[in-house]
Amino acid sequence: MANLTGLSIAEALDGLARREFSAGELVQAHVAAMAAARPLNAYITETPERAIEGAKAADARRARGEALPLDGIPLAIKDLYCTEGVPTTAASHILDGFKPPYESTVTANLWRAGAVMLGKTNLDEFAMGSSNTTSYYGAARNPWRRTGDNRPLVPGGSSGGSAAAVAARIALGATGTDTGGSIRQPGAFCGIVGMKPTYGRCSRWGIVAFASSLDQAGPMTRSVRDAAIMLRHMAGHDPKDSTSVPRPVPDYAAALTGDIRGLRVGIPTEYRVDGMSDEVTALWRQGIAWLEAAGAKTREISLPHTKYALPTYYIIAPAEASSNLARYDGVRYGLRVPGGNLREMYDNTRGEGFGAEVRRRILIGTYVLSAGYYDAYYLKAGRVRSLIARDFASAFETVDAILTPTAPTPAFAIGEKSDDPIAMYLNDVFTVPASLAGLPAISVPGGLTRDGLPLGLHLIGRAFDEETVLRAAGVLETAASFTAEPQGRWSP
Amino acid sequence: MAIDKATVAKVAALARMRVPEAELDALTGELGQIISWVEQLAEVDTTGVEPMTSVVAVDLPRRPDAVTDGGYCEKVLANAPQGMAGFFAVPKVIE
Repeated sequence: MANLTGLSIAEALDGLARREFSAGELVQAHVAAMAAARPLNAYITETPERAIEGAKAADARRARGEALPLDGIPLAIKDLYCTEGVPTTAASHILDGFKPPYESTVTANLWRAGAVMLGKTNLDEFAMGSSNTTSYYGAARNPWRRTGDNRPLVPGGSSGGSAAAVAARIALGATGTDTGGSIRQPGAFCGIVGMKPTYGRCSRWGIVAFASSLDQAGPMTRSVRDAAIMLRHMAGHDPKDSTSVPRPVPDYAAALTGDIRGLRVGIPTEYRVDGMSDEVTALWRQGIAWLEAAGAKTREISLPHTKYALPTYYIIAPAEASSNLARYDGVRYGLRVPGGNLREMYDNTRGEGFGAEVRRRILIGTYVLSAGYYDAYYLKAGRVRSLIARDFASAFETVDAILTPTAPTPAFAIGEKSDDPIAMYLNDVFTVPASLAGLPAISVPGGLTRDGLPLGLHLIGRAFDEETVLRAAGVLETAASFTAEPQGRWSP
Repeated sequence: MAIDKATVAKVAALARMRVPEAELDALTGELGQIISWVEQLAEVDTTGVEPMTSVVAVDLPRRPDAVTDGGYCEKVLANAPQGMAGFFAVPKVIE
C-alpha cells in the first residue's frame, strides 16, 4: 500500500475510488502521524475519534455507491472556525472552554462533501501575527530546519499550525484564513500551496472575526490541484454572510489546463523593496522566466500606492479588530475574571484574557477610532485603500495576473523579530495590498534557499477570477517541480 | 500626534482592558512607534477620493423583516460563565 500520508488529495480520492485503501486506513494513518508529530504543536485540539467515525461513514457510503466528492479526506481546521461541540479557541485565553453550539458555513460545506476533521490547528491569537508565536497555546513549529542548524523556525502566520500540519504530512489539506497574508505567508514558509480567494467567495459566517472587511477563508494544500478541489467545496453563497457573493462556484480543477499561452502577467516595479533577500529576487526572476517559457507575456507594471499598503492595513485591521473583539466581555462565553463590579469584571477579563499582540492592536484600533482621530486615521486609511484598489484596477486593464514573491524572506527562528512589531508587520508587505483590494491570490512553492528553506511565488488575479490564478499557479508548480520535503526532525 | 502614558491609559479604559501600570511605559513606546509609522499616509493626496466601504461591488442584500432564527435559550446560555433562570448573570450593577 502507498504511503497514505504522502498522497495529494487528488491521489487519495483516486485511490479510494479504486478501492486501493479505505477511508478508515487513510484516516488511521493520519491519526498516527498526527500523534507522532506533537512536538510541532501544529494542533491545539485533536479529534481522532471524530475522524475515525467520519471515515467509517465515508466507507459505508462508498460501499453503497453513494460516495461524496471529498468522502473520507482527512483535513485540519484552523482553530478560528467554529466547529459544533468541539472547542474553538482562536488561540486565545479569553475563549477558554468555548464550545460553539453551531458550525461555520465553510466547515459545514466541507463535511457535506464528505471530508473528515482531524483536529483544530494552532494560529496566532485571533489570527493576529505572522509567526504563530502569539498563540496562548505556544508557538507552532515549522517542520523545516536550516541545513546544519537545529534551531526551530516559525511556520509563518497566522495559519501556522495549518501550514505546518500540511507540510509535515499530518493532514491531506487544511483550512486557513487570510486577513493580510495569513494563508499565503505560512504557505511560503512551509513549502506548500496557500490560496486566498476573492473577498466574498467563501462565507465568513462562523469564523471568529478579526477584520471583517479583510478576512477570507481559503485552502492550504500540497498541490495547486488540491487547492482547486478544496476551494470548490469551501466556497459558495451564504445568506448568513451579507458580504458573501451570490455567484456560482466554478469547477476550479477544470481550469488547470496548463495552457497560459498569451496570458499577460504584470511585474510590479514597486515590489522591489529594501530588505528583500537576493534569493527571493532570484526566485522572482526565475518565476518570470518560467511563465514566459510557457508562452505568457510578462511586462513591468506600476502599482504606485504599494508603499502605503502596510500603514493602511495597520489602521484598518486594528480598527475593525477593536470593534469585533468588543464582544469578549466575560458575559456570554469564555473566560471571566471576577471584579468588584461589572466594569472591573470587564477590565480584568479583557486585560487577562488577551495576549500582548492582541492588546496592542485593540489599543491602536481604539485610538484611531476615538473621537477627534477618526477622520485623520480611519477615514484617511479608507481613502488610501480606494487608491490601492484603483492601482490594481488600472493594472488589470493591461494584464491578466500579477507575479510577485510571497514574502521578503524565508522562515525565521522562533523569537527573532518579536521585539519589533513593525519588523514583524513587514513580513506581509507583498500580501497585504491584494487583501486590501479583496483580490484572489495564491502562494506556490518555487524553490529552496541555499540553506534549504522553501520560498514562495505569489500570483494575484482579478476579482472572482480564481481560475486564471490557479491555471498560472499550476504552470509555476510544474516548472518548479518542488519535490523537497521537510525531514521529519520533529520526531522525538 | 505624540502618544503619552496618559493617552494609552485613557484608550485602555475606553477599550475596557486593564493594562498593568508596569507595562504602560513599554506600550506607550510601541504604540507611539506604530502610530508615527502609519502617519506617513498624510503625505498621500486623497482629495476627492471616497473611502472604500465595500470591498467587492455588490448590493447589500435585503430580506423580509421576519424572524428566521432563535428559540434555543439553552444553547445560547450553554457557554456563559454564569447563567441564571434563562438569563446571562453579571456582577451587581445597582447598589
